[in-house]
Amino acid sequence: MLRRRETLVLIVTFALLAIVPYIASITEVPFYLDLGRRMMILAIGALSLNLIMGYGGMISFGHAVFVGIGAYVIGICAEHELVTGFIQWPLALLACAVFAFIFGAISLRTRGVYFIMITLALAQMMYFLGVSLDRYGGDDGLPLAEPSDFSGLIDLGDKNSLYYLIFVLLLLCLWICKRLVNSRFGMVIQGARSNETRMQAIGFPVFRYQLTAFVIAGVMAGLAGILLANHTDFVNPDMMHWTRSGDLIIMVLLGGMGSLAGPIVGALVFILLEEALSGVTEYWQLIFGPFLILVVLFARGGLLGFLEKRGSSEEDDG
Amino acid sequence: MADIVLKVEKLRKSFGGVLATDDLSLSVETGKIHAVIGPNGAGKTTMIAQLAGALNSDSGRVLFDGEDISGMAPPARSRRGIARTFQITSIFHEFTALENVALAVQAHDGHSFRFWRAAREEARLYEPALAALETVGLADRANITARNLSHGEHRQLEIAMALATKPKLLLLDEPMAGMGAEESQKMVSILNRLKGDHTILLIEHDMDAVFALADQITVLVYGNSIASGMPDEIRANEEVRTAYLGDEGTAN
Repeated sequence: MLRRRETLVLIVTFALLAIVPYIASITEVPFYLDLGRRMMILAIGALSLNLIMGYGGMISFGHAVFVGIGAYVIGICAEHELVTGFIQWPLALLACAVFAFIFGAISLRTRGVYFIMITLALAQMMYFLGVSLDRYGGDDGLPLAEPSDFSGLIDLGDKNSLYYLIFVLLLLCLWICKRLVNSRFGMVIQGARSNETRMQAIGFPVFRYQLTAFVIAGVMAGLAGILLANHTDFVNPDMMHWTRSGDLIIMVLLGGMGSLAGPIVGALVFILLEEALSGVTEYWQLIFGPFLILVVLFARGGLLGFLEKRGSSEEDDG
Repeated sequence: MADIVLKVEKLRKSFGGVLATDDLSLSVETGKIHAVIGPNGAGKTTMIAQLAGALNSDSGRVLFDGEDISGMAPPARSRRGIARTFQITSIFHEFTALENVALAVQAHDGHSFRFWRAAREEARLYEPALAALETVGLADRANITARNLSHGEHRQLEIAMALATKPKLLLLDEPMAGMGAEESQKMVSILNRLKGDHTILLIEHDMDAVFALADQITVLVYGNSIASGMPDEIRANEEVRTAYLGDEGTAN
């Protein structure tokens, strides 16, 4: 359920994101547009991770692998002059679904630290596969000859169009997540996070539900990858590196795990801080690290949790 | 002959060299409360775990409704109508009492690959859930987050969750554990109300409660049944008195 304060945060966030292209054009700083796109793409990635991590209790340390797979399918298709988005996109999402199914089926046999380690290992495996793919640029990556083509429907080469497409898709993903977590399916994965033994005892075969959640999250992350490839006109193995998965986890924690607005706010704040701090010093992580520790220590539910707590005196509970 | 809903045949389970369940056989009749008593470490909770499917047995069979369910996992057994409560409270702490029970209802209302409709707005989940809460006297606490309920209320909630799965057999693992006299009394009256409509296998240390409720009592010592019969027979049984009732029976 969305709380009032959370809804307010979302409205403000999306209102700000909506006017970014306008601001970029009047200030004549196209970089803002670029920044906004990157924020929203990562917000989709964080949103998808939050489905399994925040709601399902499955801490995947390899989630960026699906971003990478989505992006690579677009890159490889384009390399073979298959540029129509009507084929590229479904293909990329399908590839993510297949890989998520396999990776999920393997890693969900374990729990806790082992789950973290297996998801990490599988993702690193794909990272090194990417590095070894000499045909597709190997270590250096693969430039995207042209963006996905939607034959006149929308021109992704136009940076404003791409911006608004990402904006709409982020909203769509948010809506899907909201429906999912409140559905019967959502109750099952949350129940399994809370008490798996109990779930088994009342009759839920939880594995199949967790695996389904893992696949849904993988596909959504794949969408972020598709957009990322079109955004940067470039694909490289680094997108799948474990540090990228770590970034996604940080975004979710920063914004607030298990809330809908949390990952979006987390992604935005993460990118903003990265930009602002790296402008100050090359060692921006020296400042970012302690900030993150403070958030985790003093705002357990992330920035969103902090806001909720602040506002709870004015709100009726539940 | 009365209907037998659960038949346990020569069930065995050992942990390392310790036999927790040693060739245990017993039968539970439909509609009866069958109590299993025994000193600490007699293997009562192990037996419940074996019956619910949480622990695999080394050998022996469990027949439920005539079907051999020995190799089945907990969800499959739950689907066939076995519900259990836990000795140490096991609930969903983040959910409200009502949501806890609604989830149990949901588990037995077809598959849960339903991704779109808000579960909390479904009357077919929440009406039976509220009814189960009423049965255990928790209806007025329905919207309290489970974490904030008292210990006694947690135990009641466990029963409500078990009832919500419309079980043919309830396995209750010390429902009065850790309760004060007043709470215990309340639990006895709840179980009394269930009597007749439900078949219950009850593990309990509180002898007053056991003798007040049970139709049949089995005494477990070192994983084996040393006696089984009506409460009066058990009370009179010499072997039981020395093995178990001796100290505790007179202490009460």
